[in-house]
Amino acid sequence: MIHVAPSPHLSNTAQTTRRMMIDVLIGLAPVVGVAVYVFKMYAVIQLATCVVSCLAAEALFTRMRGNKMTLCDFSAAVTGVILALSLPGTAPWYVGVIAAFVAIGIAKAIFGGIGMNLFNPAMVGRAFVMIAFASALGASGYMDAGSAVDAITQATPLTAFKQGGITTPLSALFWGTTNGSLGETSAIACLIGGLYLCLRRTASWEIPTGVIAATVVLGGIGNLVCPGAQWTVLHHLLGGALLFGAFFIATDPVSSPLTPKGKFIFGAGTGAIIMLLRVFSGYPEGVMFAVLLMNAVTPLINRWTIPRPLGGK
Amino acid sequence: MGFKFKGFGGGGSFAHGVHPPERKNFSGDAAIEVVPPPGKVMLPLLQNVGAPSVEAVKPKTVVAVGEMVAKGSAFVSAPIHTPIAGKVMKTGMTTLANGRHVKAMPIKADGEQLTGQALWNDVFGGEWPRDDLDQYDGKQIVDAIQGAGIVGLGGAAFPTHVKYVPNDEKPIDTVLINGCECEPYLTADYRVMLEAPDPVITGTLLLGKVTGAREMIIGIEDNKPEAIEVLTRAAAGTGIRIAVLKTKYPQGSEKQLIVAATGREVPLGGLPLDVGVAVSNVGTVAAVARAVLRGKPLTHRVITVTGAGIRNPKNLLAPIGITMGELIDYCGGLTPDAARMVAGGPMMGFAFSDMNAPVTKGTSGITILTHDDLKREEETNCVRCGRCVDVCPMNLVPTKIALASRYKDAELAQQYNIMACFECGSCAYICPANLPLVQLIRTGKAVVIAAGKK
Ligand code: SF4
Ligand code: SF4
Repeated sequence: MIHVAPSPHLSNTAQTTRRMMIDVLIGLAPVVGVAVYVFKMYAVIQLATCVVSCLAAEALFTRMRGNKMTLCDFSAAVTGVILALSLPGTAPWYVGVIAAFVAIGIAKAIFGGIGMNLFNPAMVGRAFVMIAFASALGASGYMDAGSAVDAITQATPLTAFKQGGITTPLSALFWGTTNGSLGETSAIACLIGGLYLCLRRTASWEIPTGVIAATVVLGGIGNLVCPGAQWTVLHHLLGGALLFGAFFIATDPVSSPLTPKGKFIFGAGTGAIIMLLRVFSGYPEGVMFAVLLMNAVTPLINRWTIPRPLGGK
Repeated sequence: MGFKFKGFGGGGSFAHGVHPPERKNFSGDAAIEVVPPPGKVMLPLLQNVGAPSVEAVKPKTVVAVGEMVAKGSAFVSAPIHTPIAGKVMKTGMTTLANGRHVKAMPIKADGEQLTGQALWNDVFGGEWPRDDLDQYDGKQIVDAIQGAGIVGLGGAAFPTHVKYVPNDEKPIDTVLINGCECEPYLTADYRVMLEAPDPVITGTLLLGKVTGAREMIIGIEDNKPEAIEVLTRAAAGTGIRIAVLKTKYPQGSEKQLIVAATGREVPLGGLPLDVGVAVSNVGTVAAVARAVLRGKPLTHRVITVTGAGIRNPKNLLAPIGITMGELIDYCGGLTPDAARMVAGGPMMGFAFSDMNAPVTKGTSGITILTHDDLKREEETNCVRCGRCVDVCPMNLVPTKIALASRYKDAELAQQYNIMACFECGSCAYICPANLPLVQLIRTGKAVVIAAGKK
């Protein structure tokens, strides 16, 4: 059988949408590992709840819209894992389920499925439950876990500092033996998984670089303005969801800009908003809002950063 | 970025691009074979960019090898000569591999033919003296090129004489010869460089003479060390420089080659002439040498027949006007798993299904791909990963252009410089969503052109 089709006649089969999503899952593995190690069954249950709910929601909504089944591209699974990792382990099961259905149904399916959404689905889902179940996800949400697991009997590092002036040691932030959302506690796990994604070019390195650069610059200025501050630039970098957000959330290709320059601007903007929220807002953590805000400006960034074509002015 | 090669301005590469599998191994070591003259050739009357040629002989005329049978109808047009001796038949229609229906003149073989070693000697063999090139003046050289019907043999088929007419306003200071052959699979230029370095060098010197260029550069990708060596030796003492360029697709595209070898950027919508450069392919310059020194027209060219779907991949010296099918048969025919026949290389070539499609001056190869080569994943929505942006050698935003094309938004497409796309296929090659980006952009260009005409 001889086929006729337009050029090019070769394609890079090693790179497909599905392969990218599998890459993200591989990149998330160290983070999942630490989450399970620190939070035990809390993490396992939350991950299972969110992933299953996301897959179910994807199946339901694609069927409703009469679209092709897209479960096999693993994008819903990725949303599920990221969503779970962004929640406290102690959040009740229905929080995960509702967040998942909002993420897939509202943030993704309504726009037309994979690739069409403007906002990061996991963050939309999380934002919804954050507002709807403020107590389960607010600062106090992290402290009612009881004594089953040592790490989560305390406040998260950022809350502890904001409310009690307690500085968590850098080593605890680095290894991840603190309280927090499931995936955010361990800086090292985020770095390992994130570097893998950047090396595979599944995540664009310009985005985390932008986030980190903005954090360092603004945190540095902060340190200069009030010397002797206990919460240093390094605490900002390693603590909270900053690295998790920089490598796994902000790098969602769909809702971030297209060009390298645009990606850096997007990252820097995200980093800057995180710092502003951390320092000036009532919320101890700002990654989610920062990413969503920058998602909103992504189309604009794309417009500002149309590259100069070869030979163009 | 990159390091500068001593002695020339470019960085040896251009920005972006892709690395498709090279697959030169199928035919790289196969010496050029001379194809026996066919019983009939079909000479399409449109084989160049520009105006078609028009019949210069009546049906039933008996013609000798190399006789002109159609003449150029405009300045940007080229005459056509018969590769075989025979009788001219009534002009009919034929379908080229790129799908265009064009007029074509059949010639039936009759009489004494040029074959085998004699044909080889006539085209590439023998001496190519370069000591007394001063006997030819510029006009003589350009006239010889025009008279010989030479067009760019790299695939573009732009009439060569047009590039070299003296132009006082835009003088050419650099003659750049393209020996990159960056399309995967193809090895025709490579074999010409290895087996016929002398006409390549002599032809380059001739073009240097016409233009009075200060620099003559032959650009070769670094995956062809033997060609680099052979040409370096052949060029010794001539002032021609061999530029070793990075192996990367599309290094052989005119604008990318100019950046890589000279560091100059051809302005958007402009020509190489605008930056003082003229680019010709190595096969083309060999044809120039032959036309000037021997007074012979372009009647044959080297064609690679290759891929996993052909039994015996070869490089052939074939008469223009022979059918694709005859060349495929000469190479042992298709294998059972052959899935697609491409005229040219797999990145920019045209898929065809008609074995009767004739070879034209621009046919650089026939690539036969198998089902395995074509294994494509299903198309998904664009995930806006930006990979297409990362690889576009023109620094465009392919996904935006494709989207604008899909929605027939001419204005948006132009905002994203759709016309600068030269359809190299890098973006479609890399796209994880498997979007038919080039196809969409092609449609978009048609929309833009239609909108402009309104
Ligand atoms: S490479 Fe494909 S999926 Fe990625 S942005 Fe370009 S068109 Fe979209
Ligand atoms: S947009 Fe055009 S020039 Fe750019 S990579 Fe795609 S086909 Fe090539």
